[in-house]
Amino acid sequence: MMKTLLKVEELHTHIGQYHILQGVSFEAREGEVSVLLGRNGAGKTTTLKTIMGLTPASKGTILFEDEDIKKRPTYVIANSGIGYVPEDQGIFADLTVEENMKVAMRKEDDATLARQEYVLDLFPDLKTFWKKDGGHLSGGQKQMLAMARAFVHESKLLLIDEPSKGLAPIVIEKVMEAITEMKKSTTIVLVEQNFFMASRIGDRYTLIDDGATVHAGAMKDLIQNEELKRKYLGIG
Amino acid sequence: MKRKFQLNHYLLVVIVLALVIFPFVSDSRTWTILLTQIFIFSILAMSYDILLGYTGIVSFGHAMFFGMGAYTTAVMLKRIEPTMGMFILSIGVGMLLAGLISFFIGLLTLRLKSHFFAMLTLAVSGLFLVLAEKWRTLTQGNDGFTFKAPEFFKDRVMFYLVALACLVLVYLFLRRFVNSPFGRVLVAVRENEQRTRSLGFNPLHYKVIASVVAGVIASLAGSLYAVSLRFVNTSVLTMDITLDALLMTIIGGVGTLIGPIVGAGVIELAQHYLSGLAKEYPIFERWIIFFGIVYILAVVFFPRGIVGTVREQIWKRKTKKDGSKPVPKKEVL
Repeated sequence: MMKTLLKVEELHTHIGQYHILQGVSFEAREGEVSVLLGRNGAGKTTTLKTIMGLTPASKGTILFEDEDIKKRPTYVIANSGIGYVPEDQGIFADLTVEENMKVAMRKEDDATLARQEYVLDLFPDLKTFWKKDGGHLSGGQKQMLAMARAFVHESKLLLIDEPSKGLAPIVIEKVMEAITEMKKSTTIVLVEQNFFMASRIGDRYTLIDDGATVHAGAMKDLIQNEELKRKYLGIG
Repeated sequence: MKRKFQLNHYLLVVIVLALVIFPFVSDSRTWTILLTQIFIFSILAMSYDILLGYTGIVSFGHAMFFGMGAYTTAVMLKRIEPTMGMFILSIGVGMLLAGLISFFIGLLTLRLKSHFFAMLTLAVSGLFLVLAEKWRTLTQGNDGFTFKAPEFFKDRVMFYLVALACLVLVYLFLRRFVNSPFGRVLVAVRENEQRTRSLGFNPLHYKVIASVVAGVIASLAGSLYAVSLRFVNTSVLTMDITLDALLMTIIGGVGTLIGPIVGAGVIELAQHYLSGLAKEYPIFERWIIFFGIVYILAVVFFPRGIVGTVREQIWKRKTKKDGSKPVPKKEVL
């Protein structure tokens, strides 16, 4: 049995007067890709933001390596080994690709530079735009940069929010290849609307509906369960 | 790329050399004084650029650090002795005071959202202004006081050269500061604070350090300003000083460092010429109105400031010429 790296239990989050998360529970096991699935507005993005401390949880527990990180500030959570690729990519528009990477690297020792080389092999297009401002990149290039930036600093867990959103099929293919490669060295929690992509790279799934977990299990079981797919994902 | 980068350095060196030679080839006292004012306000504007341009902090209380430097130098030169040693010591004391106060104010207020922070800096700055007005035994209130400058500065040219040296040193220091890994994080904080936090940085630390650096440098500008006038009163702590720094930064180009120097030049020259025209045309007694028009025109035609717009134009031209290989902004100038 693989070790559980992240365990989210009965998570509740309020944003203003709205009760967004009303009981999300799931776990991410080491070396696996856990996919959060659900319709628009189900609470998937808020779940990732709550784990990162960007929208504080009002109830529940978030255990990362058996420690409750619920009340920790975002930068402490990030420093404990959780990388985050937000839905809007969060590229620093006035910094070049190189500078965006260097901010994320934090240090420039041999090990980090070697990791940068490895990450650039995963996203070779970035080399072409190395000196270009982040604000002048296309959607696909921004997504590559956002993922490279999260991956360049060694993280035990990566939270990736909708990496395929708004991208051309050929770019989605590249993103999928990169995630498959990243999976070899880190644990991933992926929020994804594109079920085709999720089913190809995911090991486990968690279905979220109206802010609460309604189903969870192995991805191969969901692929065969037409009723669940139709009911919660509108597929089939 | 490297060659172009060096060309820009050569250009700056030539400008600095020309400014060094200027007082020895021109006997215009007016120009020597005017340029000295431009150097001093350039330092102040560059310090404001660290806040506004590089960290995205809008402060309405920057004058308090300028005033702190001005009063520290003026009080020490008057009360102790008007020597060069005391002048240098007073700069150090002023910077230390400004650093400590900006650290505590930053720590307490920079957690707030930007507009609340801006209002709070205005309030704290107002507090220092009232303190200077009421503490008459030390400051002589609104009337202010005159004091003797060190003997070395009796010759205006010497003070001109010292102010120029300070400007060059501050520029080099700040250039290194903003191009360092620390400076990159400052820009990241300005661009997207939440994202910077989720990369593992605590924006508050970076903002506080930026605020301390800006405060310390504003204090240096204040010390020089007081000596340039041989007089200090509460006007050094007023909102007008902060607004001047803000306008110089915006007109010159936010987040460019060179821009605030250009902005300081434009504003000081505009003030000088517009108020000078009042002798011939009484309407220019209200020169501040024309100054407002100049400001509106600058914002309309140069939304990124003078230097920012020039850089953008050069960048666009390069992009056109090189096809898909745009030149990064930083290496253009």
